[in-house]
Amino acid sequence: MIQFVVHEEGDGVGVVVVEGVKAGQTLAGWIMEDDKDLKVQAKSDIPIGHKVALKDYKPGDTVIKYGVDIGKVVAPIKQGEHLHVHNVKTKRW
Amino acid sequence: MAMDLSKATFWGYKRENGRVGVRNHVIILPVDDISNAAAEAVANNIKGTLALPHPYGRLQFGADLDLHFRTLIGTGCNPNVAAVVVICIEEGWAKKVADAIRATGKPVAHFGIEQHGDLDTIQRASKAAKEFVQATGERRREERPLKELWVSTKCGESDTTSGCGSNPTVGNAFDKLYPQGVTLCFGETTELTGGEHLVAARCKNDEVRKKFQFMFDRYQALVERHKTSDLMDSQPTKGNIEGGLTTIEEKALGNIQKIGRKCVVDGVLDKAEAPTGPGLWFMDSSSAAAEMVTLCAAAGFAVHLFPTGQGNVIGNPILPVIKLSANPRTVRTMGEHIDVDVSGLLRREMTPDQAGDALLECMLRTANGRLTAAEALGHREFVLTRLYESA
Repeated sequence: MIQFVVHEEGDGVGVVVVEGVKAGQTLAGWIMEDDKDLKVQAKSDIPIGHKVALKDYKPGDTVIKYGVDIGKVVAPIKQGEHLHVHNVKTKRW
Repeated sequence: MAMDLSKATFWGYKRENGRVGVRNHVIILPVDDISNAAAEAVANNIKGTLALPHPYGRLQFGADLDLHFRTLIGTGCNPNVAAVVVICIEEGWAKKVADAIRATGKPVAHFGIEQHGDLDTIQRASKAAKEFVQATGERRREERPLKELWVSTKCGESDTTSGCGSNPTVGNAFDKLYPQGVTLCFGETTELTGGEHLVAARCKNDEVRKKFQFMFDRYQALVERHKTSDLMDSQPTKGNIEGGLTTIEEKALGNIQKIGRKCVVDGVLDKAEAPTGPGLWFMDSSSAAAEMVTLCAAAGFAVHLFPTGQGNVIGNPILPVIKLSANPRTVRTMGEHIDVDVSGLLRREMTPDQAGDALLECMLRTANGRLTAAEALGHREFVLTRLYESA
């Protein structure tokens, strides 16, 4: 049973693929491209489809998913926290 | 073991111009908004016909008018359409659209409302529609090679499960269809933002790459010209954000999964423009689902693969829209809209190859006549793309 997936090794986020993830829960993850396992402890409640940070970030950092830049960090994020529009913004438009 | 498509066939309707359709519609096509009432009355009179009402067609000009005609004519020319009745307030424009569709060899009749009024027009058009629908019922499906099926794709109400589940499933299917000489299409120009370099790198040669970059830059300039914010209310949409997508870049990278790993971008099309050969085509288009699918239908595509995360319910009047989702909550709460459930991918119970094969199997069954969820539920979104204000 997995609770999150990661597109490829080196990505800084995972996608929660089950409903009801709560803070404090240890989550089992699967790196799809490399078929590897990893674990992370959730520090927030995270809805299905939303992202969990796999490392600590500070404002100005770049978030990598699919091995590509998906935006910039605008508020500090700790490993295991919910990473979304409240702490990450587009670099375009 | 992956599905062997080298001898795959489907049962379709071979049209007069050699194109093969998977549906046998008789459409009643209004050229403008004020002809909708007559078109709908004809479709109500003659059972088995389908009116395609829409809100446009008056006082458009220039490139916007060209696109209007190209979309209507392309819709009539689509091989899923057996015969067409065209109605317009002005007879001259009815004839213009009808003559362009007649070039395919299919039966077409056209009527102008001026000098006749609605009631006389409805009577004359109903008589033509009755002949068409009776004759169309005698058309038979025949077994055709897979390469004669034209397949388009676009995703909608995407979330993060689209990028790791349903979109790569379409990519897996496209990678299997491409070597068979199938004609394929993707688009959604602004929704490549952040991943446009990856699409450019997949273009067949510099000429195609240059044309792609021109279309991409043209749409970026449009966004820059009209935007009043960072587009966080629009791209990604509220539904995308609810589903966990944070930025346009993230959405784009998920979107691009639909063109697989191996397909080459062989050519670039303007909106509603028909491809001229097999391979993967990029069509410049809006990312709004109904607009983009309508453009694919007008370009001549016969089946459409539509991955969704949060659960888009879209259909099209003439183009069967096959929906797939990897989001277990969507599959549970909106199951009646989903043709292919690939949520097993995200439980590690299904491989990408198995998911791709499940989609291809559903695509072939749909081509052979099985109705999609959207067809059964009556989704007939026919939405014309506008480029700017009317004169």
